[in-house]
Amino acid sequence: MTTEKPHISVKNLNVHIDGNHILKNISIDIPDKKVTSFIGPSGCGKTTLLKTFNRLLDRNGNVEITGQVLVDGVDLYSPDTEVTSIRKKMGLLSQRPFPLPMNIYDNVAYGARIHGQRDKKELDKIVEHYLRGVSLWDEVKDRLKDPATRLSIGQQQRLCLARGLAVEPEIILGDEPTSALDPISTQHIEELFLKLKDKYTLVLVTHILRQARRVSDYIVFIYMGEIIEFGTTEEVLLNPKEKLTKDYVKGYIS
Amino acid sequence: MKNIRLTIDKITGNSFLVLTLLSTVTVVLIGVGLYYKSLPILQNSSLSSLLLSAEWKPFKSSFGFLAYIAGTLWVTAIAIIIALPISLLTAIYLSEYAHVKVKKVLLPPIDLLSGIPPVIYGVWGVLVIVPFVQEKLAIHFVEFSSGYSTLAGGIVLAIMIIPLIISILLEVFNTVPDGLREASLSVGATQWETIKHVVLKKSLPGILAAVVLAVSRAFGETIAVLMVCGNISEIPHSIFDPCYPLPALIANNYGEMLSVPMYESALMLAAFILFVIIFLFNTISRIILYRLEGRMN
Ligand SMILES: Nc1ncnc2c1ncn2[C@@H]1O[C@H](COP(=O)(O)OP(=O)(O)OP(=O)(O)O)[C@@H](O)[C@H]1O
Ligand SMILES: [Mg+2]
Repeated sequence: MTTEKPHISVKNLNVHIDGNHILKNISIDIPDKKVTSFIGPSGCGKTTLLKTFNRLLDRNGNVEITGQVLVDGVDLYSPDTEVTSIRKKMGLLSQRPFPLPMNIYDNVAYGARIHGQRDKKELDKIVEHYLRGVSLWDEVKDRLKDPATRLSIGQQQRLCLARGLAVEPEIILGDEPTSALDPISTQHIEELFLKLKDKYTLVLVTHILRQARRVSDYIVFIYMGEIIEFGTTEEVLLNPKEKLTKDYVKGYIS
Repeated sequence: MKNIRLTIDKITGNSFLVLTLLSTVTVVLIGVGLYYKSLPILQNSSLSSLLLSAEWKPFKSSFGFLAYIAGTLWVTAIAIIIALPISLLTAIYLSEYAHVKVKKVLLPPIDLLSGIPPVIYGVWGVLVIVPFVQEKLAIHFVEFSSGYSTLAGGIVLAIMIIPLIISILLEVFNTVPDGLREASLSVGATQWETIKHVVLKKSLPGILAAVVLAVSRAFGETIAVLMVCGNISEIPHSIFDPCYPLPALIANNYGEMLSVPMYESALMLAAFILFVIIFLFNTISRIILYRLEGRMN
């Protein structure tokens, strides 16, 4: 691919979990300011690959990682890399929403407070700005002090997105971020992604090929821990080169 | 015939209910039984002279329980004050920081610790803790202590309940979904910030429940405490003084001196007081727990 200096660049990445070879020789440059989707059958390693991007994979499990993941040129896995500042560059949306055990306001303000913002007025501004950004403000502006768990699942997921955006990341990682949502909320999130890609680099995992088609510019097809094909959405979904990809997207084409 | 499955379902449901009621009824029966057995002494002396006096002279028919109640509360309080921070930090380390391999090595000994019979803790307390308190601690603070003391009782008890608290806390931390930790870490929070703002906060009701269980256990622990706390029926004025908790009183004396009038009834009242203390403690903490959970959701 042809980006000058990509945010995320993976080189010869190999991951073993409990002795099993989960990711095999992954090398990829994620295009900047685009939406890149990972597709592939269940268990092929999509989540695992996504988690290597912000070092959530090797927290205290039996995980061995070799190779490089460069984020803005810094190797995530070199021993003297400061992980928290790199994680801050990436917002994370997981399969189901995980609102923190605090109220709506504090959820959005969480990251800003962690990074030293104490000024009440500034925090108010941040909270409102990002809640508006995910079109949640009007729904919650009168109950910012309610526990975040009282929101509907769809609202919770948008809240989580706002929480991630509030630390001003450059990259957004989403692991099947709509799989727990109803069609309307899903559409909501998808629209947000399309809006966000002017400013952010997005990496999504999805099982829904239609969604991949709707939102992504590039698609990565992963099979049994290997990247089989990487190309534009049109190429991979409509004109796959590899037989494995063809078989997988067949359902979509017909 | 088609209703036979429904009938079986009904029977099973009801028999489970009966079994559940049975254990509830047992608790009530124990309480009522103890109360009934302590009636003679309750009718003989006023409640205030029983609970607020520390004079224990069975032959003169004066039975003041204050020293025993104080002993019980002191030993338990010391045990929790020592055990809680240690267990909490250990559980946090094991659950949040330790690599799976480290966990595999460290967990079995902790589990084993909770399986050791109390009497062994008692012997170990006499051999190690009592001399330690006498020679290393007490001399800096008081003129004389035999080492058999409230503090020794508290330390031995603390060591007994630490594995219990740790294993409950590990269960509690385990119920915090990893996704929550990842959500916090992913905005750039450090491990410790994540523990403080997310894991501990989410676990607060569970931590409280663990403390409640440990305290209830500590109130009733008998043998190990009895072997090291000195068993002198006076209100301890410092932690280096001996004390005499209620369970020790019952265990040491039941079956002896029962010819002394009222003595058996007095011991039954001791048991009843212990029962009430634990009952009250459990009820109050349940209410707090309920409030806490209500506020969090
Ligand atoms: N913590 C773990 N311990 C052991 N094996 C794991 C662990 N995490 C992932 N794996 C294994 O790694 C492989 C890839 O898992 P991963 O979650 O990345 O798949 P996925 O592509 O995201 O699947 P899905 O679409 O079902 O979410 C699977 O075979 C899984 O069993
Ligand atoms: Mg997955």
